Amino acid sequence: MAVPGAGLAKGLAVTLRTMTRRSVTAHYPDVQPELPPRSRGVIGLFEENCTVCMLCARECPDWCIYIDSHKETMPAAAPGGRERSRNVLDRFAIDFALCMYCGICIEVCPFDALFWSPEFEYAETDIRDLTHERDTLREWMWTVPEPPALDAAAEEPKEMAAARKSAEKLAAKEAGEGQRPSGGPPSASPPRSSGATPPSSGSTPPSPSAERPGRAEGEGDA
Amino acid sequence: MDALDVLWRLLAVLLAFLVLPLLVGQAEHKAMAHMQGRVGPMYAGGFHGWAQLVADGVKFAQKEDIVPSGADRRVFQLAPAVALLPYLVVLIVIPVGDGDMVGQVVDAGVFFVLAVMGVGVLGSLMGGWASANKFSLLGGLRTAAQLMAYELPMLLAAASVAMAAGTLSLPGILDAWQWWWLPWQIVGGLVFFTAGLAELQRPPFDAPVADSEIIFGAYTEYTGLRFALFLLAEYAGIVVLSALTAVLFLGGWHGPFADTLGWVWTLLKTAVLAFVVIWLRVSYPRLREDQIQRVAWTVLVPLALFQIALTGVVKVVIQ
Repeated sequence: MAVPGAGLAKGLAVTLRTMTRRSVTAHYPDVQPELPPRSRGVIGLFEENCTVCMLCARECPDWCIYIDSHKETMPAAAPGGRERSRNVLDRFAIDFALCMYCGICIEVCPFDALFWSPEFEYAETDIRDLTHERDTLREWMWTVPEPPALDAAAEEPKEMAAARKSAEKLAAKEAGEGQRPSGGPPSASPPRSSGATPPSSGSTPPSPSAERPGRAEGEGDA
Repeated sequence: MDALDVLWRLLAVLLAFLVLPLLVGQAEHKAMAHMQGRVGPMYAGGFHGWAQLVADGVKFAQKEDIVPSGADRRVFQLAPAVALLPYLVVLIVIPVGDGDMVGQVVDAGVFFVLAVMGVGVLGSLMGGWASANKFSLLGGLRTAAQLMAYELPMLLAAASVAMAAGTLSLPGILDAWQWWWLPWQIVGGLVFFTAGLAELQRPPFDAPVADSEIIFGAYTEYTGLRFALFLLAEYAGIVVLSALTAVLFLGGWHGPFADTLGWVWTLLKTAVLAFVVIWLRVSYPRLREDQIQRVAWTVLVPLALFQIALTGVVKVVIQ
Protein backbone atom coordinates (compact mmCIF):
# COMPACT_ATOMS: atom_id res chain seq x y z
CA MET A 1 0.00 0.00 0.00
CA ALA A 2 1.65 3.14 -1.19
CA VAL A 3 1.41 6.31 0.82
CA PRO A 4 -0.85 8.80 -1.00
CA GLY A 5 1.23 11.55 -2.52
CA ALA A 6 4.41 9.48 -2.47
CA GLY A 7 4.71 9.87 -6.22
CA LEU A 8 4.35 13.64 -5.95
CA ALA A 9 7.07 13.79 -3.32
CA LYS A 10 9.26 11.58 -5.44
CA GLY A 11 8.91 13.95 -8.38
CA LEU A 12 9.94 16.89 -6.25
CA ALA A 13 12.88 14.94 -4.87
CA VAL A 14 14.14 14.08 -8.33
CA THR A 15 14.16 17.68 -9.54
CA LEU A 16 15.72 18.93 -6.32
CA ARG A 17 18.45 16.33 -6.46
CA THR A 18 19.18 17.16 -10.08
CA MET A 19 19.48 20.83 -9.16
CA THR A 20 22.22 20.10 -6.63
CA ARG A 21 24.24 18.13 -9.14
CA ARG A 22 26.52 19.53 -11.78
CA SER A 23 24.77 20.30 -15.03
CA VAL A 24 25.70 18.29 -18.09
CA THR A 25 25.86 21.30 -20.39
CA ALA A 26 28.95 21.44 -22.59
CA HIS A 27 30.20 25.03 -22.54
CA TYR A 28 31.51 24.65 -26.05
CA PRO A 29 32.63 28.03 -27.36
CA ASP A 30 34.11 28.86 -23.95
CA VAL A 31 35.49 25.42 -23.21
CA GLN A 32 36.79 23.16 -25.95
CA PRO A 33 35.23 19.71 -25.95
CA GLU A 34 37.21 16.66 -24.89
CA LEU A 35 37.18 14.69 -28.12
CA PRO A 36 37.66 10.93 -28.10
CA PRO A 37 40.74 9.48 -29.81
CA ARG A 38 40.46 9.10 -33.59
CA SER A 39 37.85 11.86 -33.80
CA ARG A 40 36.92 12.65 -37.38
CA GLY A 41 37.21 16.40 -37.69
CA VAL A 42 39.01 17.21 -40.91
CA ILE A 43 41.26 15.33 -43.33
CA GLY A 44 44.90 16.32 -43.56
CA LEU A 45 47.10 15.61 -46.57
CA PHE A 46 50.71 14.62 -46.09
CA GLU A 47 51.58 15.47 -49.66
CA GLU A 48 55.19 14.28 -49.43
CA ASN A 49 53.78 10.76 -49.26
CA CYS A 50 51.31 11.17 -52.09
CA THR A 51 52.13 9.38 -55.33
CA VAL A 52 49.03 10.55 -57.21
CA CYS A 53 47.75 6.99 -57.44
CA MET A 54 44.20 8.41 -57.43
CA LEU A 55 42.87 5.60 -55.27
CA CYS A 56 41.34 8.05 -52.80
CA ALA A 57 39.60 10.04 -55.50
CA ARG A 58 38.21 6.89 -57.09
CA GLU A 59 37.00 5.34 -53.87
CA CYS A 60 35.38 8.50 -52.55
CA PRO A 61 31.60 7.85 -52.51
CA ASP A 62 30.89 11.56 -52.86
CA TRP A 63 33.50 12.33 -55.48
CA CYS A 64 34.69 15.19 -53.35
CA ILE A 65 38.44 14.75 -53.93
CA TYR A 66 39.98 16.62 -56.84
CA ILE A 67 43.44 15.64 -58.04
CA ASP A 68 45.45 17.09 -60.91
CA SER A 69 48.95 15.94 -61.75
CA HIS A 70 51.47 15.74 -64.54
CA LYS A 71 54.28 13.42 -65.39
CA GLU A 72 57.91 14.37 -65.22
CA THR A 73 60.81 12.44 -66.53
CA MET A 74 63.89 12.15 -64.44
CA PRO A 75 67.31 11.70 -65.95
CA ALA A 76 68.74 8.24 -65.79
CA ALA A 77 70.40 7.37 -62.54
CA ALA A 78 73.37 5.76 -64.23
CA PRO A 79 74.91 6.72 -67.58
CA GLY A 80 73.30 4.77 -70.33
CA GLY A 81 70.32 3.89 -68.15
CA ARG A 82 66.66 4.38 -68.85
CA GLU A 83 64.90 7.61 -67.98
CA ARG A 84 62.46 7.34 -65.08
CA SER A 85 59.10 9.04 -65.01
CA ARG A 86 57.16 10.01 -61.93
CA ASN A 87 53.91 11.75 -61.08
CA VAL A 88 53.97 15.27 -59.72
CA LEU A 89 50.97 16.56 -57.78
CA ASP A 90 49.50 19.80 -59.16
CA ARG A 91 46.28 20.03 -57.24
CA PHE A 92 44.79 18.11 -54.36
CA ALA A 93 41.52 19.42 -52.97
CA ILE A 94 38.78 18.03 -50.76
CA ASP A 95 35.33 19.60 -50.87
CA PHE A 96 34.17 19.36 -47.28
CA ALA A 97 30.76 20.56 -48.33
CA LEU A 98 30.37 17.18 -50.05
CA CYS A 99 32.53 15.02 -47.80
CA MET A 100 30.53 12.70 -45.59
CA TYR A 101 33.45 11.86 -43.33
CA CYS A 102 33.36 8.15 -44.13
CA GLY A 103 37.15 7.96 -44.04
CA ILE A 104 37.41 5.59 -46.98
CA CYS A 105 40.07 7.76 -48.64
CA ILE A 106 42.20 7.46 -45.53
CA GLU A 107 41.69 3.71 -45.38
CA VAL A 108 42.60 3.09 -49.00
CA CYS A 109 45.64 5.35 -49.20
CA PRO A 110 48.50 2.87 -49.68
CA PHE A 111 51.18 5.43 -48.85
CA ASP A 112 49.80 6.96 -45.65
CA ALA A 113 49.28 10.36 -47.17
CA LEU A 114 45.84 11.08 -45.65
CA PHE A 115 45.08 11.40 -41.94
CA TRP A 116 42.20 12.28 -39.70
CA SER A 117 42.63 15.43 -37.65
CA PRO A 118 40.26 16.22 -34.76
CA GLU A 119 40.00 19.90 -35.74
CA PHE A 120 36.37 20.71 -36.50
CA GLU A 121 36.08 24.51 -36.39
CA TYR A 122 36.30 25.32 -40.08
CA ALA A 123 32.78 26.47 -40.83
CA GLU A 124 32.56 29.05 -43.59
CA THR A 125 30.00 31.60 -44.66
CA ASP A 126 30.62 30.80 -48.32
CA ILE A 127 30.21 27.18 -49.36
CA ARG A 128 33.02 27.50 -51.89
CA ASP A 129 35.46 28.13 -49.08
CA LEU A 130 34.79 24.63 -47.82
CA THR A 131 36.88 23.25 -50.67
CA HIS A 132 40.25 22.96 -48.98
CA GLU A 133 43.16 23.14 -51.39
CA ARG A 134 46.48 21.41 -51.10
CA ASP A 135 48.16 23.99 -48.86
CA THR A 136 45.24 24.06 -46.42
CA LEU A 137 45.16 20.29 -46.32
CA ARG A 138 48.89 20.27 -45.66
CA GLU A 139 48.40 22.73 -42.81
CA TRP A 140 45.88 20.37 -41.20
CA MET A 141 48.67 17.78 -40.95
CA TRP A 142 50.18 19.76 -38.08
CA THR A 143 47.05 19.10 -36.04
CA VAL A 144 47.06 15.34 -36.50
CA PRO A 145 47.67 13.82 -33.07
CA GLU A 146 49.90 10.92 -32.13
CA PRO A 147 47.98 7.71 -32.52
CA PRO A 148 46.75 6.46 -29.16
CA ALA A 149 48.87 3.80 -27.55
CA LEU A 150 47.94 0.18 -28.03
CA ASP A 151 46.29 -1.76 -25.26
CA ALA A 152 48.68 -3.54 -22.96
CA ALA A 153 47.68 -7.00 -24.21
CA ALA A 154 47.28 -6.01 -27.85
CA GLU A 155 48.94 -7.84 -30.69
CA GLU A 156 52.11 -6.33 -32.07
CA PRO A 157 51.51 -4.13 -35.14
CA LYS A 158 52.19 -5.98 -38.38
CA GLU A 159 54.85 -3.54 -39.56
CA MET A 160 56.69 -3.83 -36.29
CA ALA A 161 56.53 -7.62 -36.36
CA ALA A 162 57.77 -7.77 -39.96
CA ALA A 163 60.59 -5.34 -39.27
CA ARG A 164 61.64 -7.16 -36.16
CA LYS A 165 61.60 -10.53 -37.92
CA SER A 166 63.82 -9.34 -40.75
CA ALA A 167 66.15 -7.68 -38.28
CA GLU A 168 66.45 -10.89 -36.32
CA LYS A 169 67.06 -12.86 -39.50
CA LEU A 170 69.79 -10.44 -40.45
CA ALA A 171 71.37 -10.63 -37.05
CA ALA A 172 71.33 -14.41 -37.20
CA LYS A 173 72.91 -14.33 -40.64
CA GLU A 174 75.64 -11.96 -39.51
CA ALA A 175 76.32 -14.15 -36.54
CA GLY A 176 76.56 -17.16 -38.85
CA GLU A 177 78.98 -15.33 -41.12
CA GLY A 178 81.13 -14.38 -38.16
CA GLN A 179 81.59 -18.06 -37.21
CA ARG A 180 82.46 -19.12 -40.70
CA PRO A 181 86.14 -19.52 -41.69
CA SER A 182 87.71 -16.39 -43.06
CA GLY A 183 87.97 -17.82 -46.57
CA GLY A 184 84.31 -17.31 -47.12
CA PRO A 185 82.56 -16.89 -50.41
CA PRO A 186 84.05 -13.88 -52.15
CA SER A 187 80.69 -12.79 -53.28
CA ALA A 188 79.61 -12.16 -49.70
CA SER A 189 78.24 -8.70 -49.97
CA PRO A 190 77.77 -6.28 -47.13
CA PRO A 191 74.36 -6.58 -45.46
CA ARG A 192 71.56 -5.33 -47.55
CA SER A 193 71.10 -1.66 -46.87
CA SER A 194 67.42 -1.51 -47.57
CA GLY A 195 64.55 -3.55 -46.30
CA ALA A 196 66.35 -4.93 -43.28
CA THR A 197 67.21 -1.86 -41.34
CA PRO A 198 66.37 -1.73 -37.61
CA PRO A 199 62.69 -1.67 -36.76
CA SER A 200 62.63 1.96 -35.70
CA SER A 201 62.84 3.11 -39.29
CA GLY A 202 61.84 -0.09 -41.00
CA SER A 203 58.35 1.01 -41.96
CA THR A 204 59.13 4.61 -42.68
CA PRO A 205 59.28 5.64 -46.29
CA PRO A 206 62.06 7.99 -47.26
CA SER A 207 60.56 11.23 -46.10
CA PRO A 208 60.98 13.80 -43.35
CA SER A 209 60.12 11.21 -40.78
CA ALA A 210 60.43 13.42 -37.72
CA GLU A 211 57.17 15.25 -38.39
CA ARG A 212 55.29 12.27 -39.69
CA PRO A 213 52.66 11.03 -37.30
CA GLY A 214 53.22 7.36 -37.91
CA ARG A 215 50.09 5.37 -38.42
CA ALA A 216 51.88 2.08 -38.05
CA GLU A 217 51.03 1.73 -34.39
CA GLY A 218 47.43 2.69 -34.92
CA GLU A 219 46.60 -0.16 -37.23
CA GLY A 220 44.39 -1.72 -34.60
CA ASP A 221 41.56 0.71 -35.31
CA ALA A 222 40.23 -1.04 -38.36
CA MET B 1 0.16 61.06 6.37
CA ASP B 2 1.47 63.83 4.16
CA ALA B 3 1.85 63.81 0.41
CA LEU B 4 5.59 63.09 0.52
CA ASP B 5 5.02 60.03 2.66
CA VAL B 6 2.38 58.74 0.23
CA LEU B 7 4.74 59.35 -2.66
CA TRP B 8 7.49 57.44 -0.90
CA ARG B 9 5.29 54.46 -0.26
CA LEU B 10 3.95 54.39 -3.80
CA LEU B 11 7.47 54.57 -5.17
CA ALA B 12 8.58 51.71 -2.94
CA VAL B 13 5.62 49.59 -4.03
CA LEU B 14 6.26 50.42 -7.69
CA LEU B 15 9.91 49.50 -7.33
CA ALA B 16 9.02 46.18 -5.71
CA PHE B 17 6.46 45.62 -8.46
CA LEU B 18 9.07 46.21 -11.16
CA VAL B 19 11.96 44.33 -9.56
CA LEU B 20 10.53 41.33 -7.75
CA PRO B 21 8.77 39.71 -10.77
CA LEU B 22 11.99 39.98 -12.75
CA LEU B 23 13.89 38.35 -9.90
CA VAL B 24 11.37 35.53 -9.85
CA GLY B 25 11.62 35.21 -13.62
CA GLN B 26 15.39 35.02 -13.52
CA ALA B 27 15.22 32.54 -10.65
CA GLU B 28 12.88 30.45 -12.74
CA HIS B 29 15.28 30.53 -15.69
CA LYS B 30 18.16 29.34 -13.56
CA ALA B 31 16.40 26.98 -11.14
CA MET B 32 14.48 25.28 -13.92
CA ALA B 33 17.63 24.90 -15.97
CA HIS B 34 19.59 23.32 -13.14
CA MET B 35 16.70 21.06 -12.23
CA GLN B 36 16.89 19.78 -15.79
CA GLY B 37 20.68 19.42 -15.74
CA ARG B 38 21.23 22.56 -17.84
CA VAL B 39 22.78 25.91 -16.92
CA GLY B 40 20.21 28.33 -18.32
CA PRO B 41 21.10 31.78 -19.68
CA MET B 42 24.83 32.43 -19.35
CA TYR B 43 25.71 35.41 -21.53
CA ALA B 44 23.37 38.38 -21.11
CA GLY B 45 24.91 40.83 -18.64
CA GLY B 46 28.14 38.88 -18.36
CA PHE B 47 27.71 37.10 -15.05
CA HIS B 48 25.59 33.93 -15.40
CA GLY B 49 23.12 35.73 -17.64
CA TRP B 50 21.73 37.97 -14.91
CA ALA B 51 20.38 40.45 -17.46
CA GLN B 52 18.54 37.87 -19.56
CA LEU B 53 15.11 39.29 -18.75
CA VAL B 54 16.30 42.82 -19.49
CA ALA B 55 17.44 41.59 -22.88
CA ASP B 56 14.09 39.86 -23.35
CA GLY B 57 12.32 43.09 -22.49
CA VAL B 58 14.35 45.01 -25.05
CA LYS B 59 13.51 42.37 -27.64
CA PHE B 60 9.79 42.53 -26.86
CA ALA B 61 9.81 46.32 -27.04
CA GLN B 62 11.33 46.20 -30.51
CA LYS B 63 8.63 43.96 -31.93
CA GLU B 64 5.72 45.20 -33.92
CA ASP B 65 2.49 45.67 -32.01
CA ILE B 66 -0.04 43.66 -34.01
CA VAL B 67 -3.79 43.67 -33.54
CA PRO B 68 -5.59 41.01 -35.59
CA SER B 69 -7.96 42.51 -38.15
CA GLY B 70 -10.97 40.62 -36.78
CA ALA B 71 -10.18 41.47 -33.17
CA ASP B 72 -12.21 43.66 -30.88
CA ARG B 73 -9.59 46.36 -30.95
CA ARG B 74 -10.09 48.28 -27.73
CA VAL B 75 -10.67 45.22 -25.56
CA PHE B 76 -7.74 43.44 -27.14
CA GLN B 77 -5.41 46.34 -26.41
CA LEU B 78 -6.71 46.88 -22.91
CA ALA B 79 -6.44 43.25 -21.78
CA PRO B 80 -2.73 43.21 -20.78
CA ALA B 81 -3.20 46.23 -18.54
CA VAL B 82 -6.21 44.61 -16.89
CA ALA B 83 -4.14 41.49 -16.31
CA LEU B 84 -1.16 43.33 -14.86
CA LEU B 85 -2.39 46.29 -12.82
CA PRO B 86 -4.41 44.40 -10.16
CA TYR B 87 -1.20 42.84 -8.88
CA LEU B 88 0.33 46.29 -8.48
CA VAL B 89 -2.73 47.36 -6.51
CA VAL B 90 -2.58 44.25 -4.33
CA LEU B 91 1.06 44.89 -3.50
CA ILE B 92 0.07 48.19 -1.87
CA VAL B 93 -1.83 46.51 0.97
CA ILE B 94 0.54 43.61 1.69
CA PRO B 95 2.40 44.31 4.95
CA VAL B 96 6.13 43.73 4.66
CA GLY B 97 7.15 44.47 8.25
CA ASP B 98 5.79 45.23 11.67
CA GLY B 99 3.72 48.35 12.28
CA ASP B 100 4.11 50.94 9.54
CA MET B 101 5.83 48.89 6.83
CA VAL B 102 2.86 48.59 4.53
CA GLY B 103 1.82 50.69 1.57
CA GLN B 104 -1.65 51.37 2.90
CA VAL B 105 -3.56 49.72 5.72
CA VAL B 106 -6.96 48.58 4.44
CA ASP B 107 -9.38 47.41 7.09
CA ALA B 108 -10.95 44.73 4.89
CA GLY B 109 -7.53 43.78 3.53
CA VAL B 110 -8.21 40.09 2.85
CA PHE B 111 -11.43 40.91 1.09
CA PHE B 112 -9.78 43.66 -0.95
CA VAL B 113 -6.85 41.45 -1.96
CA LEU B 114 -8.96 38.52 -3.10
CA ALA B 115 -11.39 40.74 -4.98
CA VAL B 116 -8.65 42.60 -6.85
CA MET B 117 -6.70 39.43 -7.65
CA GLY B 118 -9.84 38.07 -9.27
CA VAL B 119 -9.82 41.07 -11.60
CA GLY B 120 -6.40 40.05 -12.90
CA VAL B 121 -7.82 36.88 -14.39
CA LEU B 122 -10.27 39.06 -16.25
CA GLY B 123 -7.39 40.19 -18.47
CA SER B 124 -6.99 36.68 -19.85
CA LEU B 125 -10.73 36.46 -20.42
CA MET B 126 -10.76 39.76 -22.32
CA GLY B 127 -7.76 38.73 -24.41
CA GLY B 128 -9.28 35.35 -25.16
CA TRP B 129 -12.61 36.80 -26.25
CA ALA B 130 -11.29 39.80 -28.17
CA SER B 131 -8.65 37.96 -30.20
CA ALA B 132 -11.14 36.51 -32.70
CA ASN B 133 -9.24 33.25 -32.61
CA LYS B 134 -10.71 29.91 -31.64
CA PHE B 135 -7.64 28.87 -29.66
CA SER B 136 -7.73 32.14 -27.75
CA LEU B 137 -11.42 31.64 -27.06
CA LEU B 138 -10.84 28.10 -25.80
CA GLY B 139 -8.05 29.36 -23.58
CA GLY B 140 -10.23 32.14 -22.28
CA LEU B 141 -13.05 29.72 -21.50
CA ARG B 142 -10.68 27.41 -19.69
CA THR B 143 -9.42 30.38 -17.73
CA ALA B 144 -12.97 31.26 -16.82
CA ALA B 145 -13.73 27.69 -15.74
CA GLN B 146 -10.57 27.61 -13.66
CA LEU B 147 -11.38 30.96 -12.06
CA MET B 148 -14.87 29.75 -11.10
CA ALA B 149 -13.52 26.52 -9.63
CA TYR B 150 -10.58 27.84 -7.67
CA GLU B 151 -11.84 31.16 -6.39
CA LEU B 152 -14.05 29.32 -3.90
CA PRO B 153 -11.44 27.22 -2.08
CA MET B 154 -9.07 30.19 -2.08
CA LEU B 155 -11.72 32.35 -0.47
CA LEU B 156 -12.63 29.68 2.09
CA ALA B 157 -9.01 29.16 3.07
CA ALA B 158 -8.45 32.88 3.48
CA ALA B 159 -11.68 33.13 5.47
CA SER B 160 -10.34 30.52 7.87
CA VAL B 161 -7.39 32.75 8.74
CA ALA B 162 -9.62 35.76 9.06
CA MET B 163 -11.83 33.76 11.44
CA ALA B 164 -8.85 32.74 13.52
CA ALA B 165 -7.61 36.30 13.82
CA GLY B 166 -11.02 37.85 14.16
CA THR B 167 -10.15 40.54 11.63
CA LEU B 168 -10.01 41.06 7.86
CA SER B 169 -7.06 43.44 8.06
CA LEU B 170 -3.77 41.93 6.92
CA PRO B 171 -1.62 43.73 9.56
CA GLY B 172 -4.31 42.81 12.09
CA ILE B 173 -4.02 39.13 11.17
CA LEU B 174 -0.25 39.32 11.58
CA ASP B 175 -0.58 41.04 14.96
CA ALA B 176 -2.77 38.19 16.17
CA TRP B 177 -0.56 35.50 14.67
CA GLN B 178 0.99 32.89 16.98
CA TRP B 179 3.49 30.22 15.99
CA TRP B 180 1.00 27.39 16.62
CA TRP B 181 -1.22 28.80 13.88
CA LEU B 182 1.24 27.16 11.52
CA PRO B 183 0.08 23.58 12.18
CA TRP B 184 -3.44 24.80 12.89
CA GLN B 185 -3.88 26.46 9.47
CA ILE B 186 -1.61 24.18 7.46
CA VAL B 187 -4.44 22.60 5.48
CA GLY B 188 -5.85 25.99 4.65
CA GLY B 189 -2.42 27.17 3.65
CA LEU B 190 -1.96 24.29 1.23
CA VAL B 191 -5.41 24.86 -0.25
CA PHE B 192 -4.78 28.60 -0.61
CA PHE B 193 -1.40 28.10 -2.28
CA THR B 194 -2.68 25.41 -4.65
CA ALA B 195 -5.75 27.41 -5.60
CA GLY B 196 -3.56 30.46 -6.14
CA LEU B 197 -1.33 28.45 -8.47
CA ALA B 198 -4.38 27.40 -10.45
CA GLU B 199 -5.60 30.97 -10.70
CA LEU B 200 -2.24 32.09 -12.01
CA GLN B 201 -2.46 29.28 -14.59
CA ARG B 202 0.92 28.05 -13.48
CA PRO B 203 1.92 24.47 -14.20
CA PRO B 204 0.59 21.94 -13.36
CA PHE B 205 -2.64 23.94 -13.71
CA ASP B 206 -1.74 25.55 -17.04
CA ALA B 207 -4.35 23.91 -19.24
CA PRO B 208 -5.61 27.39 -20.32
CA VAL B 209 -2.27 28.02 -22.04
CA ALA B 210 -1.53 24.39 -22.96
CA ASP B 211 0.74 24.87 -25.94
CA SER B 212 0.31 21.32 -27.21
CA GLU B 213 -3.46 21.70 -27.40
CA ILE B 214 -4.41 25.34 -27.92
CA ILE B 215 -1.12 27.05 -28.86
CA PHE B 216 -0.94 29.64 -26.09
CA GLY B 217 -4.56 30.02 -25.07
CA ALA B 218 -5.75 33.56 -24.61
CA TYR B 219 -2.32 35.00 -25.46
CA THR B 220 -2.02 33.33 -28.87
CA GLU B 221 -2.54 36.52 -30.87
CA TYR B 222 -0.43 38.76 -28.67
CA THR B 223 3.04 39.92 -29.55
CA GLY B 224 5.58 42.52 -28.59
CA LEU B 225 5.11 44.62 -25.50
CA ARG B 226 1.56 43.48 -24.79
CA PHE B 227 2.67 39.87 -24.70
CA ALA B 228 5.51 40.87 -22.39
CA LEU B 229 2.98 42.53 -20.08
CA PHE B 230 1.02 39.27 -19.88
CA LEU B 231 4.20 37.42 -19.00
CA LEU B 232 5.07 40.06 -16.43
CA ALA B 233 1.58 39.67 -14.97
CA GLU B 234 2.24 35.97 -14.47
CA TYR B 235 5.41 36.66 -12.50
CA ALA B 236 3.87 39.54 -10.57
CA GLY B 237 1.11 37.06 -9.73
CA ILE B 238 3.69 34.64 -8.35
CA VAL B 239 5.12 37.40 -6.16
CA VAL B 240 1.70 38.42 -4.90
CA LEU B 241 0.55 34.85 -4.27
CA SER B 242 3.77 33.97 -2.43
CA ALA B 243 3.64 37.13 -0.36
CA LEU B 244 -0.02 36.60 0.50
CA THR B 245 0.54 32.98 1.50
CA ALA B 246 3.50 34.07 3.61
CA VAL B 247 1.45 36.77 5.30
CA LEU B 248 -1.71 34.75 5.87
CA PHE B 249 -0.30 31.33 6.74
CA LEU B 250 3.42 31.59 7.51
CA GLY B 251 3.34 34.56 9.85
CA GLY B 252 4.76 37.22 7.57
CA TRP B 253 7.34 39.22 9.50
CA HIS B 254 7.24 36.92 12.56
CA GLY B 255 10.56 35.27 13.30
CA PRO B 256 13.73 35.79 15.32
CA PHE B 257 14.62 39.51 15.64
CA ALA B 258 11.23 40.38 14.17
CA ASP B 259 11.34 43.93 15.53
CA THR B 260 14.34 44.86 13.39
CA LEU B 261 14.48 42.20 10.67
CA GLY B 262 10.77 41.65 10.12
CA TRP B 263 10.82 42.71 6.47
CA VAL B 264 13.66 40.25 5.80
CA TRP B 265 11.47 37.44 7.12
CA THR B 266 8.60 38.44 4.87
CA LEU B 267 10.84 38.59 1.82
CA LEU B 268 12.53 35.33 2.74
CA LYS B 269 9.26 33.46 3.14
CA THR B 270 8.00 34.97 -0.10
CA ALA B 271 11.17 33.92 -1.91
CA VAL B 272 10.93 30.36 -0.62
CA LEU B 273 7.32 30.11 -1.73
CA ALA B 274 8.19 31.55 -5.14
CA PHE B 275 10.85 28.90 -5.43
CA VAL B 276 8.25 26.26 -4.62
CA VAL B 277 6.09 27.64 -7.44
CA ILE B 278 8.99 27.19 -9.85
CA TRP B 279 9.83 23.79 -8.39
CA LEU B 280 6.28 22.54 -8.92
CA ARG B 281 6.39 23.73 -12.51
CA VAL B 282 9.49 21.70 -13.24
CA SER B 283 8.36 18.58 -11.39
CA TYR B 284 4.80 17.96 -12.49
CA PRO B 285 3.15 17.38 -15.83
CA ARG B 286 0.13 19.41 -16.85
CA LEU B 287 -3.27 18.33 -15.50
CA ARG B 288 -6.02 17.68 -18.00
CA GLU B 289 -8.90 20.13 -18.01
CA ASP B 290 -11.31 17.70 -16.30
CA GLN B 291 -8.66 16.73 -13.76
CA ILE B 292 -8.23 20.39 -12.88
CA GLN B 293 -11.94 20.70 -12.21
CA ARG B 294 -12.00 17.51 -10.18
CA VAL B 295 -9.10 18.60 -7.98
CA ALA B 296 -10.90 21.84 -7.22
CA TRP B 297 -14.35 20.48 -6.41
CA THR B 298 -13.58 17.10 -4.85
CA VAL B 299 -10.33 17.88 -3.05
CA LEU B 300 -9.73 21.55 -2.39
CA VAL B 301 -13.27 22.66 -1.53
CA PRO B 302 -13.85 19.84 1.02
CA LEU B 303 -10.42 20.46 2.51
CA ALA B 304 -11.12 24.18 2.80
CA LEU B 305 -14.46 23.48 4.44
CA PHE B 306 -12.75 21.09 6.84
CA GLN B 307 -10.23 23.80 7.68
CA ILE B 308 -13.00 26.27 8.40
CA ALA B 309 -14.71 23.75 10.69
CA LEU B 310 -11.42 23.07 12.46
CA THR B 311 -10.73 26.77 12.86
CA GLY B 312 -14.20 27.30 14.28
CA VAL B 313 -13.92 24.43 16.76
CA VAL B 314 -10.46 25.44 18.00
CA LYS B 315 -11.57 29.06 18.21
CA VAL B 316 -14.53 28.13 20.41
CA VAL B 317 -12.45 25.79 22.56
CA ILE B 318 -9.73 28.31 23.38
CA GLN B 319 -12.17 31.06 24.25
